[in-house]
Amino acid sequence: MLLKILLRNAFRHKLRTVLTICGIAVAIMAFGLLRTVVSAWYAGVEASSANRLITRNATSLVFPLPLAYKDKIRSIEGVTLVSYGNWFGGVYITERNFFANFAIEPRVYLEQYPEYVLSGQEKEAFLRDRRGCIAGANLARRFNWKVGDNITLKGTIFPGDWELVLRGIYRGREDNIDENQFFFHWDYLNESLRKTQPGRADQVGFYVITIAHAQEAAMISDRIDALFRNSFAETHTETEKAFQLGFVSLSEAILTAIRLISLVVIAIIMAVAANTMGMSVRERLGEYAVLKTLGFGNLYVSLIILGESLVIALLGGLMGMAGTFPASQMVGRAVGDYFPVFMVTRQTLCLAFSAALLVGVVASLFPMWRASTVPVAEGLRRVG
Amino acid sequence: MKGGDMSLVEIRNVSKSYTKGDQSISVLENIDLSIERKEFIALMGPSGSGKSTLLNLIAGLDSVDSGVISVDGLDISSLSQADLARWRALHVGFIFQFYNLIPVLTAFENVELPLLLTGLRKKQRREHALTALQLVSLEDRMDHYPRQLSGGQQQRVAIARAVVTDPTLLVADEPTGDLDRVSAEEVLQLMERLSVHLGKTVIMVTHDPRAARKAHRMQFLDKGVLADAPEDTLTECL
Ligand SMILES: Nc1ncnc2c1ncn2[C@@H]1O[C@H](COP(=O)(O)OP(=O)(O)OP(=O)(O)O)[C@@H](O)[C@H]1O
Ligand SMILES: [Mg+2]
Repeated sequence: MLLKILLRNAFRHKLRTVLTICGIAVAIMAFGLLRTVVSAWYAGVEASSANRLITRNATSLVFPLPLAYKDKIRSIEGVTLVSYGNWFGGVYITERNFFANFAIEPRVYLEQYPEYVLSGQEKEAFLRDRRGCIAGANLARRFNWKVGDNITLKGTIFPGDWELVLRGIYRGREDNIDENQFFFHWDYLNESLRKTQPGRADQVGFYVITIAHAQEAAMISDRIDALFRNSFAETHTETEKAFQLGFVSLSEAILTAIRLISLVVIAIIMAVAANTMGMSVRERLGEYAVLKTLGFGNLYVSLIILGESLVIALLGGLMGMAGTFPASQMVGRAVGDYFPVFMVTRQTLCLAFSAALLVGVVASLFPMWRASTVPVAEGLRRVG
Repeated sequence: MKGGDMSLVEIRNVSKSYTKGDQSISVLENIDLSIERKEFIALMGPSGSGKSTLLNLIAGLDSVDSGVISVDGLDISSLSQADLARWRALHVGFIFQFYNLIPVLTAFENVELPLLLTGLRKKQRREHALTALQLVSLEDRMDHYPRQLSGGQQQRVAIARAVVTDPTLLVADEPTGDLDRVSAEEVLQLMERLSVHLGKTVIMVTHDPRAARKAHRMQFLDKGVLADAPEDTLTECL
């Protein structure tokens, strides 16, 4: 019966309630979208493995390291696999077609990244062809590439036209794996450099190191860096996670701003919902006084008000959460080049739901207090 | 039975004042009144004389400044708010001038509402509510919402709601104040039946001499003190 009262109360002013629900839905959707942007930023971090280290030039990522370091790193205890590569920075046809592309040592690299799933056949074909390349499924879809297509990248860091043949399309093993990357043989790059710019040959941008035990990461990192201390190219080694976080921290200020905005959105909608509840409860003080006259305590009356507020807030919240999916899909399509993984995470949904819950509770606090403190006799007067 | 041969309601030296800003307005002064079991008493008096205030005190909706009110041997002025609410739920039935039904509940649900606090099972609640609606001859309107009922019908539903818990005491504040003659007459006849046939103790505030005539006794209130009946009212009533 109390449930009946609160449900029917919620929809007494249909327009007011519907508008409030829509407002909450839009706010929760905006909240979900903003949170999705934040988690998209961190997608690379989330997907990184604790068992992988990245070694780069201590001065800056743009300076290379000698290929000769590879065997020295390989000989360190606890290191199981070492591969290497360069950020190639090539563009496809025009500058606008931006995507991440790397020249890598493919055999070990693919072993280190089992989350990039290739069929055995495609993998074989890629490894066999010196000019072969592979692309993520998203990227292939974007440019309508099919296995066997000729792809020419224009080099920016390494000038010239680089002619490649697509030998495979990889898929992410999990949802949060970046399917927008592009890889080809480091040997192909290096052999060309030997002919055209011998000074830049036999240099790599980074080493990817797999270690046997994740808990040894710090120790092994120190050992690697110690090995090359005082050499002409000192190294900086960190976990892949820390490496990815390094990229994120560049934009930390923006992320903080986005987080703040998402909180402001919730605060605003809280005020709107509180206003709606305040109006409704003010109109019904007489009815609550009648309930109290009949012997219903403040607890019952508060529950009716809280319940009504929660019904409105959660309806809006669920609608907003449902709307987050198509909305982030649209946004994801628009900004997919910059955010390789743009999807609504479970964490975002949990946060959005909690936000709606919080809105419902907070909006009812003042009305509950008011309905509880107005003396019964006073409340009854309002009816007459 | 508690209270022995005492009156059902004993009001001893009760005063009540309200403070507005920094000045306090005395509404009731040293009221002494006894109301017998099964009595039907009409409280009359000019507007602002404190009738509603006195009724609210007797019904446990408000607390006295000084003095004692006991009902059925229980000193209700000593009860806490929560205990008072529980006591009201079991012992007092309310009838208001503006019916005060819950608009989102049907007639039947409105009548069933007070039974939620009695611990009765759903089946018993439904039986009691139906019986109460039959008493006011509105069982055929049980699924109507208050706005679908006339004023008189709403007041009869309110009466059903007031008696459904079988309370000791019925209090009514101008129950016919908002009704036309015919509806008012129906409501008054009902109240009379509650008093005579069901043996309820009824305290009714009213301005209407015809309403007061149904009562066994009239009590006048003027500027917060009990008074004798003014001449004109008496002649009108008798
Ligand atoms: N909560 C309150 N705060 C301040 N003054 C009050 C309050 N309740 C009642 N009063 C004052 O007490 C006096 C008596 O009020 P009450 O409602 O008891 O009169 P009444 O006899 O029922 O009048 P009416 O016939 O118009 O209903 C009035 O002057 C009223 O202004
Ligand atoms: Mg009054």
